[in-house]
Amino acid sequence: MSAPDFLVHGPEDTVGVVVVETVKAGTALSGLDMEAGRTLHIDALADIPLGHKIALKDLAEGDTVLKYGHDIGKAVAAVKAGDHVHVHNMKTKRW
Amino acid sequence: MTALPDREFFGYRRENGRVGIRNHVAILPLDDLSNAACEKVAHNIDGCLALPHHYGRLQFGEDLDLHFRTLIGTGKNPNVAACIVIGIEPGWTQRVVEGIAATGKPVAGFAIEGHGEIKAVADASRKAQEYAQWASEKQRVPCTFSDLWVSTKCGESDTTSGLASCPTVGNLIDKIDPLGATTCFGETSELTGAEQVCAARAATPEIGEKFLKTWQAYMDEVIEPHKTSDLSESQPTKGNIAGGLTTIEEKAFGNLQKIGNKTSFIDVLKPAEEPGQGAGLYFMDTSSAAAECVTLQAAAGFVVHLFPTGQGNIIGNPIEPVIKLTANPRTAREMPEHIDLDCSGILRGEMTLEEAGDALIDITIRTCNGRLTAAESLKHREFVMTKLYRSA
Repeated sequence: MSAPDFLVHGPEDTVGVVVVETVKAGTALSGLDMEAGRTLHIDALADIPLGHKIALKDLAEGDTVLKYGHDIGKAVAAVKAGDHVHVHNMKTKRW
Repeated sequence: MTALPDREFFGYRRENGRVGIRNHVAILPLDDLSNAACEKVAHNIDGCLALPHHYGRLQFGEDLDLHFRTLIGTGKNPNVAACIVIGIEPGWTQRVVEGIAATGKPVAGFAIEGHGEIKAVADASRKAQEYAQWASEKQRVPCTFSDLWVSTKCGESDTTSGLASCPTVGNLIDKIDPLGATTCFGETSELTGAEQVCAARAATPEIGEKFLKTWQAYMDEVIEPHKTSDLSESQPTKGNIAGGLTTIEEKAFGNLQKIGNKTSFIDVLKPAEEPGQGAGLYFMDTSSAAAECVTLQAAAGFVVHLFPTGQGNIIGNPIEPVIKLTANPRTAREMPEHIDLDCSGILRGEMTLEEAGDALIDITIRTCNGRLTAAESLKHREFVMTKLYRSA
């Protein structure tokens, strides 16, 4: 494949990371699961900056977000696959 | 010089057998009042480096112990060939001198009270000239990774840190640990969320338990009594959030990539404590603020630092060269004067982690051989003492 638009740490993760500088809503993206070596496809539902997370599946409010195969916090709003995931819809469980 | 086999370098072997990669004559103030005298000596004599800082008066208990440990450790660091200590009074000045003298390196102390600053500066300058000329004749000798003490800490992290620049450091750690290197990571607060996974990376359950106790003590003694609401404004930082990091847990798992996949840590160090269990990976209880953390690691004896950054932290240290790497293509493009290794190719699939780890080993060896890091060439000399609580 050509250079990926987003990378995913492992197969259990529910979010990936955009690694190109401009992702516009509606763009068809290809990504790479770095652990499994598998190519993924998803349509961006929002503009997502470099380094920011994209949801790989639908999440309900309260659902745990997985990255590195681990719990990195919870959704605090409903999230659709392809959405931008950040401080507006996700929060730590620690404080 | 003849070429050395791979993964060897030319360093300065000191009186106690430790190896340095720089050859400073440090002019070290005991206290805030003595900064001016130290800066005057460094101005008078070429080849001298003043290390001004803010503390050293009316500290007590564990905080005072840490102050002495940091100053003595800084003077003992093998990147320092010789050391001048200047203090307002002779008692504590001599305590620092004696601590540094245990290495066998030249060290002398000068007090200001009873003489005045002008005489102290004159006397210290004569000694500094002697040391600087002596140090200038020191020669580099062939050394190996078993002689090298490497510390790491990341800063202004973003998601590219966890994807590529921190794993690049981890790849290096996994490669040099079997060669007998002594290595160190820290950042107690920034392991929050990954503390159980980190504890599982200890060499034994007892060491893992020691790590968890250290982490829990930080939560109980620092966070709980002092927090106003939570740490959301500080951890992640504004820069972290701009870079796409949302939670402390996400930041912590990225941070932990720096210790690789295979290497276990063999002890938990107090701030600025010198490793005592031989070669291997150590965790040190430190702040996650870059300058404080690197100052403590330098004081523990580490001679070269690996610093992955996402959004572009620009820290340096006066005695421990800081090598910066980034995987963020925008940071590499917009802040190139701060970056020693661009590993953004990992994100584009143009570079493997193995290749990035080898490239980091290469730039580390070049730095050990004398190449100035980006931070050194920009004169970044952040020397920041960690203070545990208010002075008396």
